[in-house]
Amino acid sequence: MSETIKKFLYLNRKAPYGTIYAWESLEVVLIGAAFDQDVSLAFVDDGVYQLIKDQDTKGIGMKNFSPTYTALGDYEVKKVFVEKESLEERGLTLDDLQHLVWEDEDDDWAEKDSIELVSREEMTALMEDAEVVFSF
Amino acid sequence: MRFAIQVNEGPYQHQASDSAYFFTKTALEKGHEVFRVFFYHDGVNNGSRLTTPPQDDRNIVERWAELGEQHDLDLVVCVAAAQRRGVVDEGEMQRNGKDATNIHPRFRISGLGQLVEAAIQSDRLVVFGD
Repeated sequence: MSETIKKFLYLNRKAPYGTIYAWESLEVVLIGAAFDQDVSLAFVDDGVYQLIKDQDTKGIGMKNFSPTYTALGDYEVKKVFVEKESLEERGLTLDDLQHLVWEDEDDDWAEKDSIELVSREEMTALMEDAEVVFSF
Repeated sequence: MRFAIQVNEGPYQHQASDSAYFFTKTALEKGHEVFRVFFYHDGVNNGSRLTTPPQDDRNIVERWAELGEQHDLDLVVCVAAAQRRGVVDEGEMQRNGKDATNIHPRFRISGLGQLVEAAIQSDRLVVFGD
């Protein structure tokens, strides 16, 4: 769809419910996938809550959109960076998050982990390196 | 330099739209190019022509529209966000069986691809909001 390939970083900073930023950010990621850019997702601050597994929204009457994150691999979104410090500050570990994978066609469609834990310093470098930061 | 502008908050409630307006205006006056202003989340409410602020206050919608007129700016309201919040043009009215429109004629409703395209085509994407 486009000849230019840029490094896109979708920066998710907010909790999944309470405001609509997280959900509408995910909508940009899914639409943006059609543009074949070099896409990374980053989750920092309360944004790490977006990836929590076993979300149940019945009590708040909102749609649980968290299953959509597991479809990201099908949209060729393979790089999901989660900030270690943000998890620790909230008493969370990688085990509290959904298991996100993508299939590697060059490796007999082996499932590979999408989530990579990075330090705050590494996250800074990722932002520095990105050509476009979509901040949500 | 070529800029793409993203406005994520509604008018009056939040300063984001004001800041985005002044940034865009100044950039244009300094000779830069603004490829597109994209209104997302509650930012779509910046495109409602029915907005009627008190007379002694700024009219944020008209201000965007005038800047758009002066510089032939592409002011785009996200369709998915607009549907959720009842910002409607003729096409959306018919598609969704509504009985009215409220989009300002200087704005247009289009898809999220317009945001992604703007980010690709511009040197900088500048996002205004929380």
